[in-house]
Amino acid sequence: MKPTDISAPDYLHKVVDCQWACPAHTPVPEYIRQIAAGDFAAAYMLNWRSNVFPGILGRVCDRPCEPACRRGRVDKEPVAICRLKRVAADFKEDIHELLPKAPTVKNGKRIACVGAGPASLTVARDLAVQGYSVTVFDSGQSAGGMMRSQIPKFRLPDSVIDEECGYVAGLDVELRQNEWIGSLRELLAGSWDAVFVGTGAPRGRDADLPGRKEAAANIHVGIDWLANVAFGHVTKIARRVIVLGGGNTAMDCCRSARRLGGEEVHVVVRSGFDEMKASPWEKEDALHEGIPIHNYLVQKEFTHDNGRLTGVLFEKVQAEYDADGRRSLVPTGEPDVHMECDEVLLAIGQENAFTWIERDIGVEFDRWGMPVLDRTTLQSTLPRVFFGGDAALGPKNIITAVAQGHEAAISIDLFCRNEPLTKRPGPLVNLVSQKMGIHEWSYDNHVSEEARRKVPVKTLEEALKDIKLEFELGYDLKLACGETERCLNCDVATVFTPKLCIECDACVDICPTECITFTTDGEEDELRARLKVPAKNLEQSLYLAEGLKTGRVMVKDENVCLHCGMCAERCPTGAWDMQKFTIDVAQAGAEAPRS
Amino acid sequence: MTYLAKPKLLSADAPKNALGYTRRDYEGAISTLCAGCGHDSISASIVQACFDLDIEPHKVAKLSGIGCSSKTPDYFLGNSHGFNSVHGRMPSVLTGAALANRNLLYLGVSGDGDSASIGIGQFAHAMRRGVNMTYIVENNGVYGLTKGQFSATADKGSKSKKGVLNSDSPIDLAALALQLGATYVARSFSGDKEQLVPLIKGALRHNGPALIDVLSPCVTFNNHSGSTRSYDYVRQHNEAVNRVEVILPRDPIETSYPPGSLRRIVQHDGSILHLRKLDVDYDPSDRIGAINHLQERHALGEIVTGLLYVDSSAQDMHSHLNTVEKPLNQLGDAYLCPGSKALEALNALLR
Repeated sequence: MKPTDISAPDYLHKVVDCQWACPAHTPVPEYIRQIAAGDFAAAYMLNWRSNVFPGILGRVCDRPCEPACRRGRVDKEPVAICRLKRVAADFKEDIHELLPKAPTVKNGKRIACVGAGPASLTVARDLAVQGYSVTVFDSGQSAGGMMRSQIPKFRLPDSVIDEECGYVAGLDVELRQNEWIGSLRELLAGSWDAVFVGTGAPRGRDADLPGRKEAAANIHVGIDWLANVAFGHVTKIARRVIVLGGGNTAMDCCRSARRLGGEEVHVVVRSGFDEMKASPWEKEDALHEGIPIHNYLVQKEFTHDNGRLTGVLFEKVQAEYDADGRRSLVPTGEPDVHMECDEVLLAIGQENAFTWIERDIGVEFDRWGMPVLDRTTLQSTLPRVFFGGDAALGPKNIITAVAQGHEAAISIDLFCRNEPLTKRPGPLVNLVSQKMGIHEWSYDNHVSEEARRKVPVKTLEEALKDIKLEFELGYDLKLACGETERCLNCDVATVFTPKLCIECDACVDICPTECITFTTDGEEDELRARLKVPAKNLEQSLYLAEGLKTGRVMVKDENVCLHCGMCAERCPTGAWDMQKFTIDVAQAGAEAPRS
Repeated sequence: MTYLAKPKLLSADAPKNALGYTRRDYEGAISTLCAGCGHDSISASIVQACFDLDIEPHKVAKLSGIGCSSKTPDYFLGNSHGFNSVHGRMPSVLTGAALANRNLLYLGVSGDGDSASIGIGQFAHAMRRGVNMTYIVENNGVYGLTKGQFSATADKGSKSKKGVLNSDSPIDLAALALQLGATYVARSFSGDKEQLVPLIKGALRHNGPALIDVLSPCVTFNNHSGSTRSYDYVRQHNEAVNRVEVILPRDPIETSYPPGSLRRIVQHDGSILHLRKLDVDYDPSDRIGAINHLQERHALGEIVTGLLYVDSSAQDMHSHLNTVEKPLNQLGDAYLCPGSKALEALNALLR
């Protein structure tokens, strides 16, 4: 097997599973250490640089980092990364002094962003600090996009959105609220150097079934209904409610309905419970609020009594898998199920809507109605128009929108400087030894064996009374500090120097998870099978080093390394060292590689 | 060494043996020896051997004397019986324990100071009495605890860390054990677990006194050039006579070596030792040949390792003395103390 080149930025980055999984590559272990050290402002700013909305994401992020977390592979549950982010936001003091300032002398380039959601605001922030004049057009009363209109207030209070959108606005970004862009052609007629489209996926999918038209008064499209709830246009719902759909929108709908007078709220989903798109914790919260989730039922008809909705008729299905493991839902043949209700909320998907983009101005669309884009640069077929967020590659989540915002901002910056868009700046990486003494490291290498802390919540009785009352209380300091201890510090890398090694096996013997083996070289597949503990997780790399006196190789399976540093403490010659890996993913304005 | 306890977190993939234990279950407290000490590798090899043999930890008694080596039983088999005896007196304490209860597996751990200096008499008598035990000598050629003076096994002419040449002749514990009647004699190197682990397994399954002399470099005081116990020196001068594979009665036998290159030895308990010959002329059933081979090769500066001698039909002390099979702690009071009448009868016999 080829020796591992740990100087390639991706190798050690991938070892930091959370940071690698985060679309915006937030340096998770570093900010967790800063929280542990009580430096909440620094932890917040580290987040802010990467993901722009730490307070918002600390409450409602889809958390791709947590399923990736290494602790999940050696312990019952991953570190509560998301909720620790909220701790940084909750406990920080005034951070205005720490924010960058927009240059007073602008670079003369004017950028228009359409929509004031997470993607547009990220583009605005990244470009504003580089001296661009950015104007954001948004149809809503205040900035935030779907974060404000679709996420219920009991999960994400307005005050948090106001604060974090305010930081972006404070960088001389012109926010033009209540301004609906009805034509891209007209917008392009203004002298914008580039236009960024971050309009999200604003249209909820409808269910064209018998009874839909007749009972229309009692059937609502989920995201529209949520927006009406968010802005106070809807303040109550009937007693019996059925929510159709199994995603996070469905969970927001059912929990909102529960707070607006819905006493019997049921969620009905086509798929099985485990395959539902909603995040596990959101399903848990719904169940906690007394909302049953019914699976393997496909809606067939809305039943009504002269236009007054009486219920929904469902066909029972089961999952069948073909040889390739593809799932199809086939009817079981059992009798249909009728569930009675007074109102229905449809949360069965979201679509994009680009009715305001003329089809003859050079922005091409594919047959699904999505813009044709370069997936890396996010540039459309009209060179000065860029897309990001749900509007770009289809509905995903906030953190993906932020990550795409960063990429689009890099593209726009390169475009405005007449540089090729492919000449993208690389990350800055650094590796620094953490050794302070024989048993002293500049990180806490003790491995906590405690369980994940539960986030305190309001009582159900209180929570269901007021839809604006935030349900989760967030960690207090004691819980937060305990949870920070669970982080394994995966960014403190095990670095091996073969020429110092005397092959005494001390590291092999001490490694708690038995991930180090000294053996003869071989092909990767075969090598994986004959390690001290066979390396079965193919998604995790093997770290292979050659150059030992006996001609053998050192192989370390990265999968379950606890980063406890015991190998380095036991090494008599310093062949193992614990070195902190930092990777600073490039943002707009960063220097492109010189070569 | 480290101040941290080993975290208990373990991957779900960690191998388990027939008893459902992981290797971690055979470990003891965290070692306080110097980082890189060969003894820690021997501890790890004992853990591996016991794991492989599905040994129940509570059926093992581990005994030791004094010294770096004798500290190590604290670092493995944390759930076994243990006795840390007086300096050099492990063999007699172990002999006593073995006499009282033959149902335990006896593991004696000692060092070159403990066995070749202060305890050489004890060592000799345990070997010649045929105590059923595995006797592991962790041999580094120096007194590590007292800052690296030469021990009795240090080679003549080898150089100390301070540059002093050793003028005394070395004691070869393997040769001594051969001469004294040990029925399983091996030598190995802490830096070669592939060789060491099977040798420990074979010894644990051997019925009779089994000695393994394990060269174990002292990284702090005896790992420099001029030393004959350093990692580099031992690797360069290691001449293995064979490679052992231990096959338990339950294991399928899958070996495909050319004829004549493999020797198959069935031990008393049905376990089989497969010896892959590296030195074609070497015969591990020839006690005198083995002693000669050791002397000849030592004169050439080579370190002979491998299974040097094994007597597969060995008998132990219990059969020599015709002792009772049941452990003393399971015999009733009446049996152990038959009363004054029985004493009178016995005395009468002797008058």
